[in-house]
Amino acid sequence: MNRTIITVIGKDRVGIIATVCTYLAEHKINILDIDQSIIQGYFHMMMIVDANGADKEFASLVKDLDKIGEDLGVQIKMQHEEIFDIMHRI
Amino acid sequence: MINVFEVRETNKMIEESNLDVRTITMGISLLDCCDNNVDVVCEKIYRKITEKAANLVKVGEQIELDYGIPIVNKRISVTPIALVGGSCCKTPEDYVKIAKTLDRAAHTVGINFLGGYSALVSKGMTPADKLLIESIPQALAETELVCSSVNVGSTKTGIDMDAVKMLGETVKKTAELTKDNDSLGCAKLVIFCNAPDDNPFMAGAFHGVTEGDVVINVGVSGPGVVKRAIEEVKGQDFGVLCETIKKTAFKVTRVGQLVAQEASRRLNVPFGIIDLSLAPTPAVGDSVAEILQEMGLERVGAPGTTAALALLNDQVKKGGIMASSYVGGLSGAFIPVSEDQGMIDSVLEGALTMEKLEAMTCVCSVGLDMIAIPGDTKATTISGMIADEMAIGMINQKTTAVRLIPVHGMKVGDTAEFGGLLGYAPIMKVNEFDCSDFINRGGRIPAPIHSFKN
Repeated sequence: MNRTIITVIGKDRVGIIATVCTYLAEHKINILDIDQSIIQGYFHMMMIVDANGADKEFASLVKDLDKIGEDLGVQIKMQHEEIFDIMHRI
Repeated sequence: MINVFEVRETNKMIEESNLDVRTITMGISLLDCCDNNVDVVCEKIYRKITEKAANLVKVGEQIELDYGIPIVNKRISVTPIALVGGSCCKTPEDYVKIAKTLDRAAHTVGINFLGGYSALVSKGMTPADKLLIESIPQALAETELVCSSVNVGSTKTGIDMDAVKMLGETVKKTAELTKDNDSLGCAKLVIFCNAPDDNPFMAGAFHGVTEGDVVINVGVSGPGVVKRAIEEVKGQDFGVLCETIKKTAFKVTRVGQLVAQEASRRLNVPFGIIDLSLAPTPAVGDSVAEILQEMGLERVGAPGTTAALALLNDQVKKGGIMASSYVGGLSGAFIPVSEDQGMIDSVLEGALTMEKLEAMTCVCSVGLDMIAIPGDTKATTISGMIADEMAIGMINQKTTAVRLIPVHGMKVGDTAEFGGLLGYAPIMKVNEFDCSDFINRGGRIPAPIHSFKN
Protein backbone atom coordinates (compact mmCIF):
# COMPACT_ATOMS: atom_id res chain seq x y z
CA MET A 1 0.00 0.00 0.00
CA ASN A 2 1.28 3.48 -0.86
CA ARG A 3 1.12 5.56 2.28
CA THR A 4 1.22 9.29 2.59
CA ILE A 5 2.70 11.46 5.30
CA ILE A 6 1.00 14.68 6.34
CA THR A 7 2.95 17.06 8.54
CA VAL A 8 1.57 20.08 10.32
CA ILE A 9 3.96 22.55 11.90
CA GLY A 10 3.24 25.89 13.51
CA LYS A 11 1.96 27.72 16.54
CA ASP A 12 -0.52 25.66 18.55
CA ARG A 13 -4.16 26.76 18.57
CA VAL A 14 -7.63 25.28 18.98
CA GLY A 15 -8.95 23.17 16.15
CA ILE A 16 -5.89 22.29 14.07
CA ILE A 17 -6.37 18.52 14.29
CA ALA A 18 -10.13 18.86 13.97
CA THR A 19 -9.92 20.94 10.79
CA VAL A 20 -7.37 18.69 9.13
CA CYS A 21 -9.19 15.48 10.10
CA THR A 22 -12.52 16.81 8.89
CA TYR A 23 -11.01 17.65 5.53
CA LEU A 24 -9.44 14.18 5.27
CA ALA A 25 -12.72 12.47 6.16
CA GLU A 26 -14.60 14.53 3.58
CA HIS A 27 -12.26 13.28 0.89
CA LYS A 28 -12.21 9.62 1.98
CA ILE A 29 -8.67 9.61 3.30
CA ASN A 30 -8.12 7.09 6.08
CA ILE A 31 -5.87 8.06 8.99
CA LEU A 32 -3.59 5.17 10.00
CA ASP A 33 -1.52 6.83 12.70
CA ILE A 34 -1.09 10.20 14.37
CA ASP A 35 1.97 11.38 16.27
CA GLN A 36 1.95 14.79 17.86
CA SER A 37 4.33 16.76 20.03
CA ILE A 38 5.38 20.26 20.98
CA ILE A 39 9.02 20.85 19.97
CA GLN A 40 10.63 24.15 20.98
CA GLY A 41 7.21 25.70 21.52
CA TYR A 42 5.94 24.64 18.11
CA PHE A 43 3.16 22.24 17.34
CA HIS A 44 4.37 19.26 15.30
CA MET A 45 1.95 16.69 14.02
CA MET A 46 2.66 13.82 11.71
CA MET A 47 -0.08 11.68 10.26
CA ILE A 48 0.32 8.54 8.26
CA VAL A 49 -2.67 8.23 5.96
CA ASP A 50 -3.97 6.05 3.19
CA ALA A 51 -4.97 8.33 0.34
CA ASN A 52 -5.42 5.57 -2.23
CA GLY A 53 -9.22 5.86 -2.03
CA ALA A 54 -9.29 9.65 -2.08
CA ASP A 55 -11.89 11.29 -4.29
CA LYS A 56 -9.45 13.95 -5.50
CA GLU A 57 -6.14 14.02 -7.33
CA PHE A 58 -3.03 14.03 -5.12
CA ALA A 59 -1.97 17.41 -6.52
CA SER A 60 -5.28 19.07 -5.53
CA LEU A 61 -5.16 17.53 -2.05
CA VAL A 62 -1.68 19.04 -1.63
CA LYS A 63 -2.97 22.44 -2.72
CA ASP A 64 -6.10 22.27 -0.53
CA LEU A 65 -4.07 21.36 2.55
CA ASP A 66 -1.64 24.15 1.81
CA LYS A 67 -4.58 26.57 1.79
CA ILE A 68 -6.07 25.13 4.99
CA GLY A 69 -2.66 25.55 6.62
CA GLU A 70 -2.54 29.16 5.53
CA ASP A 71 -5.95 29.82 7.09
CA LEU A 72 -4.90 28.15 10.37
CA GLY A 73 -1.53 29.89 10.44
CA VAL A 74 0.40 26.62 10.23
CA GLN A 75 2.34 24.83 7.51
CA ILE A 76 0.81 21.63 6.17
CA LYS A 77 2.67 19.33 3.82
CA MET A 78 1.51 16.14 2.20
CA GLN A 79 4.13 13.82 0.70
CA HIS A 80 4.40 10.23 -0.42
CA GLU A 81 6.07 8.16 2.29
CA GLU A 82 8.86 6.81 0.04
CA ILE A 83 10.94 9.97 0.24
CA PHE A 84 11.38 9.45 4.00
CA ASP A 85 11.84 5.70 3.75
CA ILE A 86 14.52 5.95 1.12
CA MET A 87 16.46 8.57 3.07
CA HIS A 88 16.29 7.01 6.54
CA ARG A 89 16.08 3.25 5.92
CA ILE A 90 18.57 0.98 4.18
CA MET B 1 8.05 2.97 10.85
CA ILE B 2 9.15 6.51 9.98
CA ASN B 3 8.97 8.84 12.97
CA VAL B 4 8.28 12.53 13.32
CA PHE B 5 11.96 13.41 13.77
CA GLU B 6 12.99 11.72 10.55
CA VAL B 7 10.21 13.45 8.67
CA ARG B 8 11.26 16.74 10.20
CA GLU B 9 14.91 16.16 9.26
CA THR B 10 14.06 15.55 5.62
CA ASN B 11 11.73 18.52 5.41
CA LYS B 12 14.21 20.81 7.13
CA MET B 13 16.80 19.84 4.52
CA ILE B 14 14.34 20.84 1.81
CA GLU B 15 12.97 23.99 3.44
CA GLU B 16 15.98 25.43 5.22
CA SER B 17 19.03 24.01 3.46
CA ASN B 18 17.87 24.13 -0.18
CA LEU B 19 17.94 20.37 -0.74
CA ASP B 20 16.74 19.86 -4.26
CA VAL B 21 17.02 17.68 -7.27
CA ARG B 22 18.96 19.97 -9.54
CA THR B 23 17.95 18.38 -12.79
CA ILE B 24 16.15 15.57 -14.51
CA THR B 25 17.92 15.31 -17.83
CA MET B 26 16.54 13.19 -20.63
CA GLY B 27 19.25 11.94 -22.97
CA ILE B 28 18.00 11.45 -26.51
CA SER B 29 19.98 9.82 -29.30
CA LEU B 30 19.69 11.69 -32.59
CA LEU B 31 21.80 9.23 -34.57
CA ASP B 32 18.67 8.02 -36.36
CA CYS B 33 17.97 11.57 -37.57
CA CYS B 34 20.92 11.60 -40.00
CA ASP B 35 20.21 12.41 -43.65
CA ASN B 36 22.06 14.13 -46.49
CA ASN B 37 19.60 17.05 -46.50
CA VAL B 38 19.89 19.46 -43.59
CA ASP B 39 16.20 20.42 -43.66
CA VAL B 40 15.19 16.78 -43.38
CA VAL B 41 17.61 16.34 -40.45
CA CYS B 42 16.08 19.38 -38.71
CA GLU B 43 12.58 18.06 -39.26
CA LYS B 44 13.51 14.61 -37.86
CA ILE B 45 15.30 16.14 -34.85
CA TYR B 46 12.36 18.36 -33.98
CA ARG B 47 9.94 15.48 -34.26
CA LYS B 48 12.04 13.08 -32.18
CA ILE B 49 12.72 15.52 -29.34
CA THR B 50 9.17 16.79 -29.07
CA GLU B 51 7.84 13.23 -29.13
CA LYS B 52 10.24 11.69 -26.61
CA ALA B 53 10.24 14.62 -24.20
CA ALA B 54 6.58 15.61 -24.54
CA ASN B 55 5.82 14.69 -20.91
CA LEU B 56 9.20 15.41 -19.34
CA VAL B 57 8.26 18.71 -17.71
CA LYS B 58 4.80 17.51 -16.64
CA VAL B 59 6.18 14.36 -15.01
CA GLY B 60 8.91 16.38 -13.28
CA GLU B 61 6.30 18.69 -11.81
CA GLN B 62 4.14 15.76 -10.66
CA ILE B 63 7.09 14.20 -8.84
CA GLU B 64 7.82 17.53 -7.17
CA LEU B 65 4.28 17.64 -5.80
CA ASP B 66 4.12 13.99 -4.77
CA TYR B 67 7.27 14.06 -2.70
CA GLY B 68 7.46 17.73 -1.81
CA ILE B 69 10.99 18.03 -3.22
CA PRO B 70 11.86 20.80 -5.68
CA ILE B 71 13.15 19.66 -9.06
CA VAL B 72 14.82 22.81 -10.29
CA ASN B 73 15.50 21.99 -13.92
CA LYS B 74 14.17 19.71 -16.59
CA ARG B 75 16.68 19.37 -19.40
CA ILE B 76 17.58 17.41 -22.49
CA SER B 77 20.93 16.20 -23.77
CA VAL B 78 21.38 14.98 -27.33
CA THR B 79 23.96 13.13 -29.41
CA PRO B 80 26.91 15.38 -30.25
CA ILE B 81 25.58 17.39 -33.17
CA ALA B 82 28.87 17.25 -35.11
CA LEU B 83 28.06 13.56 -35.71
CA VAL B 84 24.38 14.06 -36.46
CA GLY B 85 25.04 16.83 -38.99
CA GLY B 86 28.20 15.29 -40.42
CA SER B 87 26.65 14.11 -43.68
CA CYS B 88 24.42 17.13 -44.39
CA CYS B 89 26.18 20.24 -43.10
CA LYS B 90 28.45 21.83 -45.69
CA THR B 91 28.85 25.22 -43.98
CA PRO B 92 28.80 26.52 -40.40
CA GLU B 93 25.42 28.08 -41.22
CA ASP B 94 23.99 24.62 -41.85
CA TYR B 95 24.97 23.67 -38.31
CA VAL B 96 23.38 26.88 -36.99
CA LYS B 97 20.15 25.72 -38.65
CA ILE B 98 20.29 22.59 -36.49
CA ALA B 99 21.03 24.71 -33.40
CA LYS B 100 17.92 26.77 -34.07
CA THR B 101 15.86 23.62 -34.50
CA LEU B 102 17.13 22.33 -31.14
CA ASP B 103 16.21 25.67 -29.55
CA ARG B 104 12.72 25.54 -31.05
CA ALA B 105 12.21 21.96 -29.81
CA ALA B 106 13.47 22.94 -26.34
CA HIS B 107 10.96 25.80 -26.18
CA THR B 108 8.13 23.54 -27.39
CA VAL B 109 8.65 20.97 -24.61
CA GLY B 110 9.24 23.69 -22.00
CA ILE B 111 12.67 22.64 -20.71
CA ASN B 112 15.35 24.95 -19.23
CA PHE B 113 18.36 23.96 -21.33
CA LEU B 114 19.33 21.56 -24.08
CA GLY B 115 22.92 20.31 -24.30
CA GLY B 116 24.77 18.46 -27.01
CA TYR B 117 25.72 21.08 -29.56
CA SER B 118 29.01 19.30 -29.27
CA ALA B 119 32.01 17.72 -30.93
CA LEU B 120 34.31 15.00 -29.58
CA VAL B 121 37.76 15.77 -30.94
CA SER B 122 40.18 14.49 -28.33
CA LYS B 123 42.50 13.04 -31.00
CA GLY B 124 41.59 14.90 -34.16
CA MET B 125 38.90 16.84 -35.97
CA THR B 126 36.87 15.71 -38.97
CA PRO B 127 35.77 18.42 -41.42
CA ALA B 128 32.33 18.19 -39.76
CA ASP B 129 33.84 18.74 -36.30
CA LYS B 130 35.65 21.82 -37.59
CA LEU B 131 32.48 23.22 -39.13
CA LEU B 132 30.57 22.70 -35.90
CA ILE B 133 33.25 24.42 -33.83
CA GLU B 134 33.30 27.31 -36.31
CA SER B 135 29.53 27.62 -35.97
CA ILE B 136 29.47 27.72 -32.15
CA PRO B 137 29.66 31.53 -31.68
CA GLN B 138 26.77 32.18 -34.06
CA ALA B 139 24.76 29.23 -32.76
CA LEU B 140 25.06 30.42 -29.15
CA ALA B 141 24.31 34.02 -30.10
CA GLU B 142 21.19 33.14 -32.05
CA THR B 143 19.66 30.57 -29.69
CA GLU B 144 18.53 30.82 -26.10
CA LEU B 145 18.49 27.34 -24.57
CA VAL B 146 21.15 25.48 -26.54
CA CYS B 147 24.40 24.60 -24.75
CA SER B 148 27.61 23.58 -26.43
CA SER B 149 30.62 21.54 -25.40
CA VAL B 150 33.76 20.25 -27.06
CA ASN B 151 35.89 17.42 -25.72
CA VAL B 152 39.46 18.22 -26.74
CA GLY B 153 41.43 15.71 -24.73
CA SER B 154 41.43 12.46 -22.79
CA THR B 155 43.82 10.31 -20.80
CA LYS B 156 43.60 7.69 -23.54
CA THR B 157 44.26 9.97 -26.50
CA GLY B 158 46.16 13.02 -25.29
CA ILE B 159 45.18 16.59 -26.13
CA ASP B 160 44.22 17.89 -29.55
CA MET B 161 46.13 21.17 -29.50
CA ASP B 162 44.72 22.27 -32.88
CA ALA B 163 41.27 22.16 -31.31
CA VAL B 164 42.56 23.94 -28.20
CA LYS B 165 43.90 26.75 -30.40
CA MET B 166 40.63 26.96 -32.33
CA LEU B 167 38.56 27.06 -29.16
CA GLY B 168 40.49 30.00 -27.71
CA GLU B 169 39.32 31.91 -30.77
CA THR B 170 35.82 30.43 -30.52
CA VAL B 171 35.45 31.62 -26.93
CA LYS B 172 36.59 35.13 -27.94
CA LYS B 173 34.22 35.26 -30.88
CA THR B 174 31.29 34.00 -28.78
CA ALA B 175 32.01 36.77 -26.27
CA GLU B 176 32.03 39.32 -29.07
CA LEU B 177 28.76 38.13 -30.63
CA THR B 178 26.96 38.18 -27.28
CA LYS B 179 28.55 41.38 -25.98
CA ASP B 180 25.17 43.02 -25.35
CA ASN B 181 24.48 40.44 -22.62
CA ASP B 182 27.87 40.58 -20.90
CA SER B 183 29.16 37.89 -23.27
CA LEU B 184 26.60 35.42 -21.91
CA GLY B 185 27.16 33.05 -24.85
CA CYS B 186 30.40 31.87 -23.24
CA ALA B 187 28.45 30.65 -20.20
CA LYS B 188 26.88 28.09 -22.54
CA LEU B 189 30.18 26.72 -23.88
CA VAL B 190 32.32 24.17 -22.03
CA ILE B 191 35.63 22.72 -23.16
CA PHE B 192 36.34 19.29 -21.69
CA CYS B 193 39.00 16.70 -21.09
CA ASN B 194 37.65 13.19 -20.32
CA ALA B 195 34.03 14.33 -20.80
CA PRO B 196 31.54 11.79 -19.42
CA ASP B 197 28.85 10.47 -21.77
CA ASP B 198 26.10 10.72 -19.19
CA ASN B 199 26.55 14.04 -17.40
CA PRO B 200 23.14 15.61 -16.69
CA PHE B 201 24.52 19.05 -15.75
CA MET B 202 24.73 22.01 -18.11
CA ALA B 203 26.36 23.44 -20.04
CA GLY B 204 28.38 20.27 -20.63
CA ALA B 205 25.65 17.65 -20.99
CA PHE B 206 25.51 15.55 -24.13
CA HIS B 207 24.11 12.11 -24.88
CA GLY B 208 27.18 10.00 -25.66
CA VAL B 209 27.32 7.57 -28.54
CA THR B 210 27.68 4.70 -26.08
CA GLU B 211 24.22 5.40 -24.69
CA GLY B 212 20.87 3.86 -25.59
CA ASP B 213 18.10 5.59 -27.52
CA VAL B 214 16.56 7.50 -24.61
CA VAL B 215 17.67 7.62 -20.99
CA ILE B 216 16.91 9.51 -17.78
CA ASN B 217 19.83 10.88 -15.78
CA VAL B 218 19.33 12.79 -12.56
CA GLY B 219 21.57 15.35 -10.91
CA VAL B 220 21.13 15.86 -7.18
CA SER B 221 22.53 18.72 -5.21
CA GLY B 222 22.51 20.15 -1.72
CA PRO B 223 25.58 22.09 -0.62
CA GLY B 224 23.41 23.80 2.00
CA VAL B 225 22.55 20.44 3.57
CA VAL B 226 26.22 19.48 3.87
CA LYS B 227 27.08 22.85 5.36
CA ARG B 228 24.29 22.58 7.94
CA ALA B 229 25.42 19.07 8.87
CA ILE B 230 29.03 20.07 9.49
CA GLU B 231 27.97 23.06 11.56
CA GLU B 232 26.99 20.42 14.10
CA VAL B 233 30.54 19.01 14.34
CA LYS B 234 32.46 22.25 14.72
CA GLY B 235 35.95 21.71 16.14
CA GLN B 236 35.86 17.93 15.90
CA ASP B 237 38.55 15.94 14.09
CA PHE B 238 38.71 14.95 10.42
CA GLY B 239 37.34 11.47 11.08
CA VAL B 240 34.12 12.97 12.40
CA LEU B 241 34.02 15.62 9.67
CA CYS B 242 34.38 13.03 6.90
CA GLU B 243 31.81 10.71 8.43
CA THR B 244 29.32 13.58 8.64
CA ILE B 245 29.77 14.58 5.01
CA LYS B 246 29.53 10.97 3.88
CA LYS B 247 26.27 10.32 5.74
CA THR B 248 24.75 13.52 4.41
CA ALA B 249 25.78 12.73 0.83
CA PHE B 250 24.17 9.31 1.25
CA LYS B 251 20.84 10.83 2.28
CA VAL B 252 20.89 13.41 -0.50
CA THR B 253 21.69 10.80 -3.13
CA ARG B 254 18.93 8.50 -1.93
CA VAL B 255 16.42 11.23 -2.75
CA GLY B 256 17.93 11.51 -6.21
CA GLN B 257 17.63 7.77 -6.61
CA LEU B 258 13.93 7.90 -5.75
CA VAL B 259 13.26 10.74 -8.17
CA ALA B 260 15.24 9.00 -10.92
CA GLN B 261 13.35 5.74 -10.45
CA GLU B 262 10.00 7.51 -10.49
CA ALA B 263 10.84 9.65 -13.52
CA SER B 264 12.07 6.59 -15.35
CA ARG B 265 8.93 4.61 -14.48
CA ARG B 266 6.46 7.37 -15.28
CA LEU B 267 8.12 8.33 -18.56
CA ASN B 268 8.74 4.69 -19.47
CA VAL B 269 12.37 5.50 -20.24
CA PRO B 270 15.33 3.54 -18.81
CA PHE B 271 17.19 5.05 -15.88
CA GLY B 272 20.82 5.88 -16.59
CA ILE B 273 22.76 7.35 -13.70
CA ILE B 274 22.61 9.62 -10.69
CA ASP B 275 25.13 12.42 -10.70
CA LEU B 276 25.77 13.25 -7.07
CA SER B 277 27.30 16.66 -7.47
CA LEU B 278 27.29 19.49 -4.99
CA ALA B 279 26.18 22.21 -7.37
CA PRO B 280 25.90 25.67 -5.85
CA THR B 281 23.50 28.43 -6.87
CA PRO B 282 23.82 32.16 -6.21
CA ALA B 283 21.25 31.82 -3.36
CA VAL B 284 22.69 32.41 0.11
CA GLY B 285 23.20 29.07 1.88
CA ASP B 286 23.52 27.11 -1.36
CA SER B 287 27.26 27.43 -1.62
CA VAL B 288 30.19 25.01 -1.84
CA ALA B 289 32.49 27.83 -0.69
CA GLU B 290 30.52 28.08 2.56
CA ILE B 291 31.11 24.37 3.21
CA LEU B 292 34.86 24.87 2.88
CA GLN B 293 34.67 27.90 5.16
CA GLU B 294 32.58 25.97 7.67
CA MET B 295 35.42 23.42 7.81
CA GLY B 296 37.62 26.17 9.20
CA LEU B 297 38.91 28.37 6.39
CA GLU B 298 38.48 32.12 6.76
CA ARG B 299 37.87 32.40 3.03
CA VAL B 300 38.08 30.07 0.06
CA GLY B 301 41.58 30.46 -1.34
CA ALA B 302 43.26 30.43 2.07
CA PRO B 303 45.97 27.78 2.56
CA GLY B 304 44.20 24.49 3.22
CA THR B 305 41.53 25.12 0.58
CA THR B 306 42.73 22.40 -1.79
CA ALA B 307 42.87 19.83 1.03
CA ALA B 308 39.40 20.82 2.23
CA LEU B 309 37.98 20.51 -1.27
CA ALA B 310 39.73 17.17 -1.82
CA LEU B 311 38.20 15.63 1.28
CA LEU B 312 34.78 17.10 0.47
CA ASN B 313 34.85 15.69 -3.06
CA ASP B 314 35.94 12.27 -1.87
CA GLN B 315 33.41 11.98 0.94
CA VAL B 316 30.58 13.07 -1.34
CA LYS B 317 31.51 10.22 -3.69
CA LYS B 318 31.86 7.70 -0.87
CA GLY B 319 28.47 8.54 0.60
CA GLY B 320 26.77 8.66 -2.75
CA ILE B 321 28.20 5.47 -4.13
CA MET B 322 26.38 3.35 -1.57
CA ALA B 323 23.13 5.24 -2.07
CA SER B 324 22.80 4.37 -5.73
CA SER B 325 24.15 1.48 -7.77
CA TYR B 326 24.42 3.63 -10.86
CA VAL B 327 26.47 6.68 -10.12
CA GLY B 328 27.96 8.54 -13.04
CA GLY B 329 28.30 11.92 -14.69
CA LEU B 330 30.62 14.32 -12.91
CA SER B 331 29.80 13.46 -9.28
CA GLY B 332 31.68 15.57 -6.76
CA ALA B 333 31.90 19.23 -5.86
CA PHE B 334 31.47 21.98 -8.46
CA ILE B 335 33.37 25.19 -7.93
CA PRO B 336 31.88 27.71 -10.35
CA VAL B 337 32.69 31.28 -9.41
CA SER B 338 29.67 33.25 -10.62
CA GLU B 339 27.12 30.72 -9.35
CA ASP B 340 28.40 30.66 -5.77
CA GLN B 341 28.13 33.69 -3.50
CA GLY B 342 30.94 32.44 -1.24
CA MET B 343 33.30 32.14 -4.21
CA ILE B 344 32.36 35.61 -5.45
CA ASP B 345 33.03 37.11 -2.01
CA SER B 346 36.39 35.35 -1.84
CA VAL B 347 37.42 36.80 -5.21
CA LEU B 348 36.26 40.28 -4.20
CA GLU B 349 38.26 40.14 -0.98
CA GLY B 350 41.38 39.02 -2.82
CA ALA B 351 41.48 35.59 -1.18
CA LEU B 352 40.89 33.60 -4.34
CA THR B 353 43.03 33.93 -7.46
CA MET B 354 43.02 32.20 -10.81
CA GLU B 355 46.11 30.18 -9.85
CA LYS B 356 44.47 28.88 -6.66
CA LEU B 357 41.35 28.01 -8.64
CA GLU B 358 43.51 26.00 -11.03
CA ALA B 359 45.01 24.10 -8.10
CA MET B 360 41.52 23.42 -6.75
CA THR B 361 40.48 21.93 -10.08
CA CYS B 362 42.98 19.11 -9.52
CA VAL B 363 40.73 17.77 -6.77
CA CYS B 364 37.22 19.03 -7.61
CA SER B 365 34.89 17.24 -9.99
CA VAL B 366 35.12 19.64 -12.90
CA GLY B 367 37.32 22.64 -13.59
CA LEU B 368 37.68 26.36 -14.21
CA ASP B 369 34.00 27.12 -14.24
CA MET B 370 32.06 30.33 -14.85
CA ILE B 371 35.04 32.62 -14.46
CA ALA B 372 34.80 36.10 -15.93
CA ILE B 373 38.08 37.46 -17.28
CA PRO B 374 39.02 40.75 -18.98
CA GLY B 375 37.49 41.21 -22.44
CA ASP B 376 40.87 41.99 -23.99
CA THR B 377 42.41 38.65 -22.97
CA LYS B 378 44.14 37.23 -26.07
CA ALA B 379 42.71 34.13 -27.77
CA THR B 380 46.04 32.35 -27.34
CA THR B 381 46.03 33.12 -23.60
CA ILE B 382 42.56 31.55 -23.33
CA SER B 383 43.89 28.55 -25.28
CA GLY B 384 46.81 28.37 -22.85
CA MET B 385 44.41 28.28 -19.90
CA ILE B 386 42.39 25.58 -21.65
CA ALA B 387 45.56 23.55 -22.33
CA ASP B 388 46.62 23.76 -18.67
CA GLU B 389 43.25 22.56 -17.49
CA MET B 390 43.12 19.75 -20.07
CA ALA B 391 46.59 18.62 -18.96
CA ILE B 392 45.38 18.36 -15.36
CA GLY B 393 42.51 16.14 -16.52
CA MET B 394 44.63 14.03 -18.83
CA ILE B 395 47.37 13.29 -16.30
CA ASN B 396 45.04 12.78 -13.34
CA GLN B 397 42.53 10.63 -15.25
CA LYS B 398 39.67 12.90 -14.27
CA THR B 399 37.18 15.13 -16.02
CA THR B 400 38.27 18.73 -16.28
CA ALA B 401 36.44 21.56 -17.98
CA VAL B 402 36.86 25.19 -18.84
CA ARG B 403 34.06 27.73 -18.97
CA LEU B 404 35.71 31.12 -19.23
CA ILE B 405 33.90 34.33 -20.08
CA PRO B 406 36.11 37.09 -21.52
CA VAL B 407 33.49 39.76 -20.93
CA HIS B 408 33.51 42.23 -23.79
CA GLY B 409 34.67 45.72 -22.78
CA MET B 410 35.27 44.80 -19.13
CA LYS B 411 38.45 44.81 -17.07
CA VAL B 412 39.53 43.77 -13.58
CA GLY B 413 37.33 45.60 -11.06
CA ASP B 414 34.17 45.37 -13.19
CA THR B 415 31.33 42.92 -12.60
CA ALA B 416 29.49 40.89 -15.25
CA GLU B 417 25.81 40.05 -14.75
CA PHE B 418 24.50 36.80 -16.22
CA GLY B 419 21.21 36.48 -14.35
CA GLY B 420 19.28 33.56 -12.86
CA LEU B 421 21.21 30.44 -11.89
CA LEU B 422 24.27 31.73 -13.77
CA GLY B 423 24.69 34.57 -11.28
CA TYR B 424 27.21 37.42 -11.53
CA ALA B 425 30.98 37.53 -11.51
CA PRO B 426 33.79 39.92 -10.73
CA ILE B 427 36.34 40.06 -13.54
CA MET B 428 39.42 38.10 -12.43
CA LYS B 429 43.02 38.89 -13.23
CA VAL B 430 44.71 36.68 -15.80
CA ASN B 431 48.47 36.19 -16.05
CA GLU B 432 49.48 38.57 -18.83
CA PHE B 433 52.66 36.86 -20.01
CA ASP B 434 52.41 35.49 -23.52
CA CYS B 435 52.03 31.83 -24.59
CA SER B 436 51.20 32.28 -28.26
CA ASP B 437 54.33 30.54 -29.61
CA PHE B 438 53.39 27.49 -27.54
CA ILE B 439 49.77 27.46 -28.71
CA ASN B 440 50.65 28.15 -32.37
CA ARG B 441 52.80 25.02 -32.65
CA GLY B 442 49.74 22.94 -33.58
CA GLY B 443 49.42 19.17 -33.52
CA ARG B 444 48.62 17.16 -30.43
CA ILE B 445 50.08 16.29 -27.08
CA PRO B 446 50.50 12.50 -26.91
CA ALA B 447 48.65 10.35 -24.40
CA PRO B 448 50.46 10.01 -21.07
CA ILE B 449 52.44 6.89 -20.19
CA HIS B 450 49.85 5.63 -17.70
CA SER B 451 47.21 5.40 -20.43
CA PHE B 452 48.84 2.21 -21.74
CA LYS B 453 47.10 -0.34 -19.62
CA ASN B 454 46.36 -3.01 -22.18
